Amino acid sequence: MTSYARVDFQTDQEVRWCPGCGDYTILASVQNFMANAGIEREKVVFVSGIGCAARFPYYMNVYGMHGIHGRAPAIATGVAITNPDLSVWVVGGDGDLLSIGGNHLIHAIRRNLDLTILLFNNQIYGLTKGQYSPTSEPGKATKSSPAGSIDHAFNPVSLALGAEASFVARTLDMDRKHTTAILQAAHEHRGSAVIEIYQNCNVFNDKAFIQLTGKTERYANRIDLVHGAPIIFGAQKEKAVVWAGGRAEIVDRAAVNPSDIIVHDAHAPDASAAFALSRLSHGPYGPTPIGIFRSVRRPVYDKVLDEEVAMSKAARGDGDLKALVTSLGTWTVD
Amino acid sequence: MDSDHSPVNPVTEAPGAAATNGGVRVDRADRMVIRFAGDSGDGMQLAGNRFTDAAAIFGNDLATLPTFPAEIRAPAGTLPGVSSFQIQIADWDILTPGDRPGVLVAMNPAALKVHLKDLRDGGVLIINKEAFDERNLYKAGFESNPVEDGTLSGYDLHAVPMQTLTKAAVKGTGVSGRAVLRSKNFLALGLILWMFGRDTKVTEAWVAKKFAKLEAVKNANLAALKAGYNYGITTGSFARQIEVSPADLPPGTYTNVNGNAALSWGLIAGAQLAGLPLFYASYPITPASEILHELVRHRNFGVKTFQAEDEIAAAGAALGAAFAGSLSVTGTSGPGLSLKGETISLALMTELPMVIVDVQRGGPSTGLPTKPEQSDLFLAVWGRHGESPLPVLAASSPSDAFEVAIEACRLALKYMTPVILLSDGYIATGSEPWRLPDMDALPDLAAPLASGPNAGDRFLPYLRDIETMARPWAIPGIPGLEHRVGGLEKEEVTGNVSYDPANHQLMTDVRAWKIANIANDIPDVEVDDPDGADLLVLSWGSTFSAVRAGVGNARNQGVSVAYARIRYLSPFPANMATVLSSYRQVLVPELNMGQLSRMIKAEFVTPVLSVNKVEGQPFTATEIADEIMKVMGQ
Repeated sequence: MTSYARVDFQTDQEVRWCPGCGDYTILASVQNFMANAGIEREKVVFVSGIGCAARFPYYMNVYGMHGIHGRAPAIATGVAITNPDLSVWVVGGDGDLLSIGGNHLIHAIRRNLDLTILLFNNQIYGLTKGQYSPTSEPGKATKSSPAGSIDHAFNPVSLALGAEASFVARTLDMDRKHTTAILQAAHEHRGSAVIEIYQNCNVFNDKAFIQLTGKTERYANRIDLVHGAPIIFGAQKEKAVVWAGGRAEIVDRAAVNPSDIIVHDAHAPDASAAFALSRLSHGPYGPTPIGIFRSVRRPVYDKVLDEEVAMSKAARGDGDLKALVTSLGTWTVD
Repeated sequence: MDSDHSPVNPVTEAPGAAATNGGVRVDRADRMVIRFAGDSGDGMQLAGNRFTDAAAIFGNDLATLPTFPAEIRAPAGTLPGVSSFQIQIADWDILTPGDRPGVLVAMNPAALKVHLKDLRDGGVLIINKEAFDERNLYKAGFESNPVEDGTLSGYDLHAVPMQTLTKAAVKGTGVSGRAVLRSKNFLALGLILWMFGRDTKVTEAWVAKKFAKLEAVKNANLAALKAGYNYGITTGSFARQIEVSPADLPPGTYTNVNGNAALSWGLIAGAQLAGLPLFYASYPITPASEILHELVRHRNFGVKTFQAEDEIAAAGAALGAAFAGSLSVTGTSGPGLSLKGETISLALMTELPMVIVDVQRGGPSTGLPTKPEQSDLFLAVWGRHGESPLPVLAASSPSDAFEVAIEACRLALKYMTPVILLSDGYIATGSEPWRLPDMDALPDLAAPLASGPNAGDRFLPYLRDIETMARPWAIPGIPGLEHRVGGLEKEEVTGNVSYDPANHQLMTDVRAWKIANIANDIPDVEVDDPDGADLLVLSWGSTFSAVRAGVGNARNQGVSVAYARIRYLSPFPANMATVLSSYRQVLVPELNMGQLSRMIKAEFVTPVLSVNKVEGQPFTATEIADEIMKVMGQ
């Protein structure tokens, strides 16, 4: 295993996010994670779209492409398919990956390409200076919605699960320890791993996640999902999540039988329970689950395609050009 | 019905000689145009393709023109549902599928209605008699039955009871119900094979292979084929056979290939010659989908194909694959090229090699999706935001597509640039005999692959090759070459993001110069001008065949005319200005409203005469010859 320090993953480029941006914290978490995990730099490719988050590759001393708005999953797909030995990472914001790039995101997830997708969700368009995004709460007043947004918001975790994701998690920029654990799990996962990272935009949408990061609020609202553990939360662990009429519901822990509390199963073959948990909140406005919603194994596109090529070569031998151009039959003129 | 006793063969409009074969007259012809027409469910493309193979293996030169509706199955029996396949076979080097058929097979009244106007006077007309019932006649818009009302008296008409014959033939083969009549295209094919003195072996072998797993279908088709052939021999109604001898083609090994297949093979060859894996990403679109279908069959060449969720994703995946070290290609037609524009600009900015294939069709918008047109030229050359020059090449025939594909790969890799390769629906689906090149003599393709640092212990991704101005290509996986590319303007040499005004000017100039310089790395335009003509006819793309044939016609009429084709549309070959200034007049026929004409006028400030047509059909040789005669005042 190669030994690295964080500095090995830093580039000589000046990082140009606004002072106080959550992106700095995420960058540090990712660089530290990669250094500590001993990931070989030359085997890492970061692909991004356009937006604040999408500047990420310029600051990672690995291979990288700063792509086109929304198209990072498509570009990363080409990288992963043709070079399956690489560790391919996609970085984009909520506008990039959920609005202009929504189509590419769901299809990359559906195919289960071996990608780690970091979705920086700050619920606002930052680089274009403050318009509402597909995750902004309805009613949000912005430059492009002075009377309040009338768009219904996406729940990114629900969306990823609906797109058949094999790995979906949510974490917080401020919680570097949690972020690191999620990055580790996603990196070990084979297939598309989607991580929604709640990321604070202190210029255009400050304190959007205060209910989950505030010194007092977080104890009341942060629901930590841990595989195999009952879902309980609150400052005194006084809240629990139970099944009620086919959906997950938050109740007072004291009011229910302990055996009725949902034990989180991230590896359940069916995504229904994970989906129900994702519906506990529709944004960071109250009690909200954090952690790994789902982590299951299913065939990985790039690996299957590689096998197809290998099998074809084994069955038919390496391609021969002369045989190819004569394959439809020939005749000779003397 | 055969009332032809004139020395000129009405079927070919060319002098013919006659002999007899067991009482049946055998007309000799130097060329013959045959058209199979029927409902889109009648299997006319199949019949046409099988006849093409038989003719090719016999040694005729040939050219084909399949025409089919945009709908998979338009309502049966209607005019929009008619599908046809035209082939010209000849004993000499012909170039086009011919203007007007001498033999027409019409499987129903609608097919007759659509195609009768093209049949030569006195031509052979074979109809499926039983399809001419009241209902079908009504659907085709006939007020009375043309078979009976004298409409067809000017033709050598054969009303064949194809349905009865097919039913009788397939009896006992195991097919039943509606499947029985599906074999009637083989009956028609068998008859035409007999008429042209071809045996049925080539077709039988194909049927046996194609339907190997469907025993009953195989036997039914073979039985119908045989029955059609025997009908020709035994019935008294056919007074003649037509003999078209093998063509005197240059010595070599030939195969019959359509443009989409040849183009696919060219891409495979390009990857092999470059020692790189081939990646092809595409979204289904007519008439380019067959390239995807062809390439997916050749995984043993290391070919990876990707059917993307949309056109943009296909382009994006191709660009990602280029970054990751593959020879990357995305294929589409005009509407898809519009969508890929932004990604092509990124390929240009990141200076990564990539080939974009545009199999053009009638536009704008969905336009005429199954018909050829050359109206994407402007889009290919100019259709991107920003200052974004790139090489544009065009294939001029099905077999030429092989070479042009290799050439597109060569330029993309050598100059680290996206390259647009234009084909069109006519080249894509049409086929011709292809004299196979010496596969061992194909060029080696090279890319500026980086294997280590290029500036001391540093790797500078925009430190260029001083000759080609190409930047080095560092494939992920190599330690020490980690670097970032992207759409923001790059600082020359380091590749770092730069907003410096002078650097942007410099990089814009460098990108333009890099492409312009390719003019010195491509062959000159070759002019065919045997006797110092005043008029030059200039073609690009698939107009090649009609233009060369039309020039031939004009020369036969005593007119002196020069001819050239352009394979490289951006940049133009280095001698373009000299060539253009050597002629008093330049005529440019295009299946668009004058796009190359305008490019020439703009770049060389020289007058050009345009011949334009957008009717969803290629030019005929006659149309070109007529234009030449008009310009020459004759």
